[in-house]
Amino acid sequence: MKNTARYFALFRDQAGCESEVVEWSGGTAAEFFQLMAEKHASLTTEAAALVAINDEMAGWETPLLEGDEVLFFPPVAGG
Amino acid sequence: MKFSVSNTAIDVAAAKKVVVDKSCGALVVFEGWIRDHNDGQAVERLEYEVYRPVAEKEGEKIIDEAIERFGVSHALCIHREGLLELGEIAVIVCVSSPHRSEAFEACRYIIDQTKTRLPIWKKEHYLSGISEWVNCEHCAAAGHGHEGGQHE
Repeated sequence: MKNTARYFALFRDQAGCESEVVEWSGGTAAEFFQLMAEKHASLTTEAAALVAINDEMAGWETPLLEGDEVLFFPPVAGG
Repeated sequence: MKFSVSNTAIDVAAAKKVVVDKSCGALVVFEGWIRDHNDGQAVERLEYEVYRPVAEKEGEKIIDEAIERFGVSHALCIHREGLLELGEIAVIVCVSSPHRSEAFEACRYIIDQTKTRLPIWKKEHYLSGISEWVNCEHCAAAGHGHEGGQHE
């Protein structure tokens, strides 16, 4: 199935792009990130990273649906 | 919108005016300022990146939670995005309630949640010319880690 990965802040710098559409076997948001980390050597796994799916905060274990846009947020630093 | 993002300077007086209410005896304001140092490094300026669609939605939830949980009358939060110079206000939280105890607690809750739940990132620009994203786990492991370049 196809999903879109979107990167922000540090992840965007590491991935070298803002977003990409990927055809893959499907799975959870965590598995999708893992796949992207294998594709982009500089993309580092951060324990405090967050994920949103279709502009809604989500858990890493959420199974993705066809066409879901997955937003990978590196550790946040607001305020 | 009780939570908003601004790419221009925050008008503190205007923000306070929004929560003023004759039934409220307490008005608590938190202002987060850009400070000039962090972890021994001299900060020149700070750059905030905000993903607005989620930040605004989740920020609104935080404010609603605070109002419900602490029973305050009104609350708002405005967060900056873009490039900020030293001494600028990066974030403001205003809370009003009949009495002060819950106003302080709600204000604290809102800023604490804003700092950990919203897709907002800051990049510090140092006098040395280097700039780096703050609060990156790997940066911390490499010895560059720090929180801030700003208030508290």
